[in-house]
Amino acid sequence: MRYLFRTDYRQDLRLWRHRGDLAWYGLLLLALLAIPYVLGEFYVGELGAVFIFAIAGVGLMLLVGYTGLISLGHAAFLGIGAYTNAILLSHGVPFVLTLPAAGLFTAVFGAAIGLPTLRMSGLYLAIATLAFGSIVGTVLQKWDSVTGGFDGFPVPTPSIFGVPIDTATRVYYVSLVVLLFVLWLSANLLRTPLGRAMVAIRDSEISAQSMGINLARYKTFAFAISAFMTGLAGALFAHYVRFLAPDSFDILLSVQFVTIVFVGGLGSLHGAIFGALFVRLLPQAIAIVRDDLPFGIGRLPGLEPSLFGLVLVLVILFFPGGIYGLWLRLKHWFQAYPFKRRTSFRRQKSYARSERLR
Amino acid sequence: MTFFAADDISIHFGGIRAVDSVTFDVRQGEVFSIIGPNGAGKTTIFNLISRIYRPSSGRLILEDHDITEVPAYRIASLGIARTFQNIELFANATLLQNLLIGRHAHSHTGIVEQLLFLPRARHEELGHREKVEDVIAFLSLERYRDTLIANLPYGVRKVVELGRALCIEPKLLLLDEPSSGLNVEETEGMGFWIEDIKKDLGITVIMVEHDMNLVRQVSDRVMALNYGKVIALGTPEEVQSHPEVVRAYIGGEVAA
Amino acid sequence: MEDAARLLQLVVNGAAAGCIYGLIALGFVLIYKATEMVNFAQGDIMMLGGFFAFALIAHWGLPYWIGALLAIAITAAFGYALDAVLIRRVIGQPQFTVVMLTLGLGFIFRAAAGITWGYDSVGFNTPFTNRTVNLAGLVIGQDSVSIIVGTVLLCLVLYLFFSRTRLGVAMQASSQNQLAAYYMGIPVRRVFSLIWAISAGVAALAGILLSPVSMIDVNMGFLGIKAFAAAVIGGFGSIPGALVGGVVVGIVEQLAGYYLPAGFQEVSANTVLLATLILRPQGLFAEGMGKRV
Repeated sequence: MRYLFRTDYRQDLRLWRHRGDLAWYGLLLLALLAIPYVLGEFYVGELGAVFIFAIAGVGLMLLVGYTGLISLGHAAFLGIGAYTNAILLSHGVPFVLTLPAAGLFTAVFGAAIGLPTLRMSGLYLAIATLAFGSIVGTVLQKWDSVTGGFDGFPVPTPSIFGVPIDTATRVYYVSLVVLLFVLWLSANLLRTPLGRAMVAIRDSEISAQSMGINLARYKTFAFAISAFMTGLAGALFAHYVRFLAPDSFDILLSVQFVTIVFVGGLGSLHGAIFGALFVRLLPQAIAIVRDDLPFGIGRLPGLEPSLFGLVLVLVILFFPGGIYGLWLRLKHWFQAYPFKRRTSFRRQKSYARSERLR
Repeated sequence: MTFFAADDISIHFGGIRAVDSVTFDVRQGEVFSIIGPNGAGKTTIFNLISRIYRPSSGRLILEDHDITEVPAYRIASLGIARTFQNIELFANATLLQNLLIGRHAHSHTGIVEQLLFLPRARHEELGHREKVEDVIAFLSLERYRDTLIANLPYGVRKVVELGRALCIEPKLLLLDEPSSGLNVEETEGMGFWIEDIKKDLGITVIMVEHDMNLVRQVSDRVMALNYGKVIALGTPEEVQSHPEVVRAYIGGEVAA
Repeated sequence: MEDAARLLQLVVNGAAAGCIYGLIALGFVLIYKATEMVNFAQGDIMMLGGFFAFALIAHWGLPYWIGALLAIAITAAFGYALDAVLIRRVIGQPQFTVVMLTLGLGFIFRAAAGITWGYDSVGFNTPFTNRTVNLAGLVIGQDSVSIIVGTVLLCLVLYLFFSRTRLGVAMQASSQNQLAAYYMGIPVRRVFSLIWAISAGVAALAGILLSPVSMIDVNMGFLGIKAFAAAVIGGFGSIPGALVGGVVVGIVEQLAGYYLPAGFQEVSANTVLLATLILRPQGLFAEGMGKRV
């Protein structure tokens, strides 16, 4: 087991803990870059979708896992980003501008829902975001003149400096770049007062204020940055689906996002990625093993959402650390062998405070 | 110039006058203790000073500035720090992160600089880290630097709470029952730290306490409260032998 | 005269729909008052209750009243089991854990219902189907009347239960101070499971009353979202508030559908909800709380 010997404060500021980390991440990056040469177009497209959902997942993780605010309406932000991007493209604006514009425009909506909900917590915030998501979904459907309503909106093909992004592979690479950007922003956040303020708000609003943290400002910021990232994801999502249908941005999608955050592992950026992998690959996995399942289970309708629900329930009851938590336990087991104790990861019994008395 | 003064401060919750026309002043560099039975309004006064509550009447003055209407998140930048009776640390963060959050009021970089971790943000981060390490050294917390607060014993958490307040580099430190939950040794240690804070760091301290030994050991002046009203104010000896104070605690005439 | 009659018609329809929302909201509030948890699967339990009734009445041919009561009882037992087996395990965890848990359960219930009874709408014969009543010159469906009457009766029963019976008082005690209730010898966990049972039973009643108006189908539970609006408008800790809130939402919806341009009806409930949350979060019948530090 490696012992980290630190001699300089700068080491703690770095995004990697030691050279080994850097090596592994480097290898991972090379592997990801090489995948389109190895896998077929369909799988590359699906992996691109994983990246897109991971971007949104990171956005939601910052809000839920790090600031402690809940949002059940994040599909709305995805939709706003997607339509903004598509509509601007259809007016001839170049992609290098529509992408950040989609993100920033969505961020404005994030701040718009963040401000009035400042004093809400837990349950009320969940309901408010649910209502918001529902309203946005309905507006996207009914505002035909702008969004095309139920007829849908065909997404124009974007191009970056003359190179058209018209294949799944190209969307894959663009999504990868955006994902890395978003991860970098988040990591920066967490090593500066900005991110620490968000964590403070999550853990104790009252003492956060005593430390000089303006709750209103940081909660609004959390919503804004979360919406910004989800907006970027939305813009890319538009190019993944190529045709926008307004009813795809509904509560079920919002629940998928929250599932990403929970199942992946609340409170970690890795969790967002694991969660996105799970949420996007589960349907594929089901599709593959469907016919081989005993008792004709595979042929039952509604298998997918029920498995979804089942995993969610199991994770909450038995694996609260999510996939990332399992991953950490596994690594620890390997590193500590043969000294692993069953109590290494026993959860502290938390006498959690009543939400009413925050 | 009075360093800090509470002028006829009151707060009512419905029909209950939790703090009733309390007036006192604190001189710079002194340790001022507030004692009284449970429910007397001591912590409420702290909540008023740190602006978590809004007073129903009266004023709070710090170095000739009226801070009665200042919002809660601004008191740290004014130089007021406080600890909480029931420890309000950030449980899911490490000790180091908790202390770094204490430096928030001294952060002057903008959102974009932090998001992109521009050199100025990096430079400021290193500065914060050095200040925090000073506090860690002062309180001998080195071995717990990277431990999650949730995994620390109670006595250590009390010290971390103190440390986090010190990271604000306050002029005025409000300590809410610093010795509650500590054993005799730990309480003695706390007493020495309070003395060091007064002598070496020159910070003015207002302390709510029940432990009379600690009060006697460190305080310059003491104020006794009962039912939200001031019943005595003076040196520790004067207040402890004051008949009103004795009656409030024991509830009867003192046998001569 | 025409307009007044139409207005009255809308109000009555709205009140009937509102009673359903109110019943679902009642279930939320019961559980929230006791355990501070919110059951996002409340609407789906209503759906299950409706399907149980369908199975008993249409499939197995039981008479309406017996089938309805039996369905309510079965759903109540189901609610009890749900709490005893699953929900109890997450006591003490932050609120959105329970939110997510019950959301997940909702998925499972919908899928189970779909597998068992299919995805088409179903219905069964009730004494109120397709019968109308003449009231002050209005023609009102007996099914709407049954909803309103049924709701009022239920509230009366619940009120008497909570204030007069031992069990009801025990429930009130448990919801206000668990530790003290334990000391008084009240089996708090069992009491909470009973509250879940009552809540589920109320949801089943709502489903059964609703079935003649709009059929039973797997996605019925999405009414739960409107019920949230009801609970919030009424003030989440208040039982009469839940009903008042429900009726408000129901009437606003009907009026919006008639007087406002197309498309606004769907957002009306959510808009009122957001407005309430922002402007008067404690709802109509507030309960105030604060924290001592």
